[in-house]
Amino acid sequence: MDFGRIFRKKSSRDIAKDRLKILLISDRVNCSPEMMEMIKTDIAKVISKYMKIDAQSMEIQITKTGIKGRGKTPSLYASIPIIDLNK
Amino acid sequence: MSEVIVVTSGKGGVGKTTTSANVGTGLAAMGKKVILIDTDIGLRNLDVVMGLENRIVYNLVDVIEGKCRVKQALIKDKRHPSLYLMPSAQTKDKSSVKPQQMVKMIEQLKEQFDYIILDCPAGIEQGFQNAIAGADRALVVTTPEVSAIRDADRIIGLLEAHEFKKIDLIINRLRYDMVKRGEMMTAADVVDILSIPLIGIVPDDENVVIATNQGEPLVGNSTMAGRAYQNICERVLGRDIPFIDFEKTISFWTRVTGIFHKN
Repeated sequence: MDFGRIFRKKSSRDIAKDRLKILLISDRVNCSPEMMEMIKTDIAKVISKYMKIDAQSMEIQITKTGIKGRGKTPSLYASIPIIDLNK
Repeated sequence: MSEVIVVTSGKGGVGKTTTSANVGTGLAAMGKKVILIDTDIGLRNLDVVMGLENRIVYNLVDVIEGKCRVKQALIKDKRHPSLYLMPSAQTKDKSSVKPQQMVKMIEQLKEQFDYIILDCPAGIEQGFQNAIAGADRALVVTTPEVSAIRDADRIIGLLEAHEFKKIDLIINRLRYDMVKRGEMMTAADVVDILSIPLIGIVPDDENVVIATNQGEPLVGNSTMAGRAYQNICERVLGRDIPFIDFEKTISFWTRVTGIFHKN
């Protein structure tokens, strides 16, 4: 019988789960730069239909926020400077 | 309409070949016309797991290179008349086949078979690209371990990028005694992390090793793994089969030791 286990609080199952959650978020964020660029141009295209934006200085990124607890998916944030709201 | 299923995992040694052999055999036993294709060029294994290694004349690369007709490279299974195997080449390397050529060959095979099952090599390089090129459905095999799950996640990402219609998860080598002690992730944990539909749980069963030793797939027999594979086959066909509660079948001794391991 393993006495060490009695004093340990976290089971190895929980350790594995926690490690994987953190690990996969950084793995998933590492999507290819080409794909990020494609997403960016597509978003710019769609938004441009409705308002005038500064596509040059727009930025997108996938962040790790909201992963603690339940929300398991990382979020995509886009910062798009609007030049004119009425096209 | 025929379905092309790729069995993949990313990490090696998690049970892709065993899964391919058993799912293929199980579907054939249910009367489907099935072809198993070993796409692991240079490291062929499916023939051995199926017990058909002595019957190989031509292989996948011979077909691709036009050295023989597709029909000549097909090996008829010993047990089921509607099951065929196309072995891989042992002496070539993965660059001898291109995704386009695979797609072309699979299109030909679709005319004759209900299910085309591709046993994918480990990794995400050329061999993987070849295996997924012609497929429209995937079975992702993983074990409840950090490394295997990480690789499975990567594979799922790549499959999604290829616009697969259906991606299902098989959790292999689950040890219920360890799960009970809190020393292994549960099937629910793995599904939660990978967030794709679960199509089967295969318990860690020594009968798999025995079956491989004998070159006989164990799908459909009374062993735990045999029953689990049978259920996977039924679910591949779209039937709604409840998951077996293997916890009940855990031996008395594991239960006794399990009490001491609890904290």
